[in-house]
Amino acid sequence: MKVLVPVKRVIDYNVKVRVKPDQTGVDLANVKMSMNPFDEIATEEAVRLKEKGVATEVVVVSIGPQQAQETIRTALAMGADRGILIVTDQDAEPLAVAKLLKAVIAEESPNLVVMGKQAIDGDNNAVGQMLAALLDWPQATFASKLEVTADKATVTREIDGGLQTLDVSLPAVITADLRLNEPRYASLPNIMKAKKKEIAMKTAADYGVDVSPKLKVLKVTEPPKRSAGIKVADAAELVGKLKSEGVL
Amino acid sequence: MAVLVIADHTNAALGEATAKVVAAAQKIGGDIDVLVAGQGAQGAADAAAKLDGVRKVLLAQSDALGHQLAEAVTDTVVGLAGGYDAILAPSTSAGKNFAPRIAAKLDVNQITDVIEIVSADTFVRPIYAGNALETVQSSDAKKVMTIRTTAFKAVGETGSATVEAVTAAGAAGREASFVGEEVVKSDRPELVGAKIVVSGGRAMGSAEEFHKVIEPLADKLGAAVGASRAAVDAGYAPNDYQVGQTGKVVAPDLYIAVGISGAIQHLAGMKDSKVIVAINKDADAPIFQVADYGIVGDYKTVVPELMTALG
Ligand SMILES: Cc1cc2nc3c(=O)[nH]c(=O)nc-3n(C[C@H](O)[C@H](O)[C@H](O)COP(=O)(O)OP(=O)(O)OC[C@H]3O[C@@H](n4cnc5c(N)ncnc54)[C@H](O)[C@@H]3O)c2cc1C
Ligand SMILES: Nc1ncnc2c1ncn2[C@@H]1O[C@H](COP(=O)(O)O)[C@@H](O)[C@H]1O
Repeated sequence: MKVLVPVKRVIDYNVKVRVKPDQTGVDLANVKMSMNPFDEIATEEAVRLKEKGVATEVVVVSIGPQQAQETIRTALAMGADRGILIVTDQDAEPLAVAKLLKAVIAEESPNLVVMGKQAIDGDNNAVGQMLAALLDWPQATFASKLEVTADKATVTREIDGGLQTLDVSLPAVITADLRLNEPRYASLPNIMKAKKKEIAMKTAADYGVDVSPKLKVLKVTEPPKRSAGIKVADAAELVGKLKSEGVL
Repeated sequence: MAVLVIADHTNAALGEATAKVVAAAQKIGGDIDVLVAGQGAQGAADAAAKLDGVRKVLLAQSDALGHQLAEAVTDTVVGLAGGYDAILAPSTSAGKNFAPRIAAKLDVNQITDVIEIVSADTFVRPIYAGNALETVQSSDAKKVMTIRTTAFKAVGETGSATVEAVTAAGAAGREASFVGEEVVKSDRPELVGAKIVVSGGRAMGSAEEFHKVIEPLADKLGAAVGASRAAVDAGYAPNDYQVGQTGKVVAPDLYIAVGISGAIQHLAGMKDSKVIVAINKDADAPIFQVADYGIVGDYKTVVPELMTALG
């Protein structure tokens, strides 16, 4: 079984984001970039499927700038087999990403797509569901547990109020939530090995997909700032303050 | 202009989120219809018919819709989409699951987590864990979006719209099927709509301690219980308690964070609360930078004192 894992290069989750003064976006110059944390979880899950003998090949694909090769290398060092980078200059919108992934799937014919539920830059939480729609495949989003057999996946999903379990027939799209697993750190030998693994370089035009934006970003602004309040000495003083605020 | 609101519901009852999404729909303007896609969902449909500003309620029922499976909800909505310029769903786990699927079927983008409707085609949404707000204008023929319900005030319940049955999609060939659900029924208020939220963090150290410290305080205040990701990952609290960028977003009148450091991903889920209280033994914890009132101290002494002070 072949598993496809789409991974995105995003701002590192530890970085404090700054909005540009001209309100055109956030400042990404000289900022640490990493693999989207949910995509690390997805990669880990795919690699574990391979280690269990369920998957035979794990292919990672990224859509982004040249530097997204590093993101793919990270996944290869975790144990993925090969990568595909579709180079684009601008951040492609979720629908365009889904269309590109669909085109990759037409060539690769994976049985399963495991991906992140959300990229922590745009916080869209959309590509997986869109990809499943375009392919007419079933979807199981926000997965916290995954069991895969030859023709179906049983997925426990994190939902409001608790957990839900679904069976989806394969091929299917699964999106990973935080508690699906804890991604491994790549070992030095595996990082070295990953350098020799293949990354195919492509462009959006190779797949005939139009990635021009449909949403016009008019401005990006800072949210209203909260300022630090006061420290109170004890619980009694706190209760007094909260009563005078009218929230108790 | 016509807007379709996809209801949040549990079949028997309408979820609180629906009235807030209708409020967002009113900002877009035009006729507003509410779709209740479920099974045995007459109760939810009747409740939706009472929401102010609703023209009619569309009730679609099938087994697959009973669990709001994304495939069935999508097929049902796509069948109705011709009559609407905008389709709105709440940013609940169900809404987030099916709305992008609907958008892709209609060949349009989805606009996630809308917090402000500027005009019928221009919307504001948070990005980067709420550290930036993006104003986007959509040129798509139909606007499909999820609404962050904490940003909108629920409409009233004095309406009397008609309820009309519409065609429901069933299970198609290649499908997802429902296996089971573990949903804990609680007497506490729902986290997302609660007036007061008490959240516990990694400092609790065990599930037992979380029960012993956080829950009684919440119950004394009539509050909902929340948690940080660290507390959930460690198994101190169930996953659906998680507040944050990738958990629930809350904006209560009062948010009390106990033993939570205040990572940006946590702040993303609670910084729009009216009053924030932090209890943390580390005076430099980032949570104090957003807290209106902070107590520096060990929760083990502060929380019991707070219980006493509350009487
Ligand atoms: C992709 C991604 C998504 C994430 N999404 C979320 C999310 O949605 N929600 C979320 O919460 N986090 C999220 N996180 C995790 C986040 O980055 C933090 O790791 C997490 O919020 C930390 O939880 P915490 O504050 O409970 O733990 P810690 O950061 O360990 O803080 C514990 C705090 O307790 C204090 N403390 C310890 N003992 C005591 C005591 N006896 N009395 C008083 N105070 C005490 C300490 O001083 C410390 O400040 C996400 C991370 C990633 C990478
Ligand atoms: N540019 C991209 N390249 C590869 N995968 C992506 C890209 N954008 C999004 N994805 C995948 O889609 C998931 C959801 O992203 P989003 O819908 O943008 O929040 C991510 O976790 C990735 O797995």
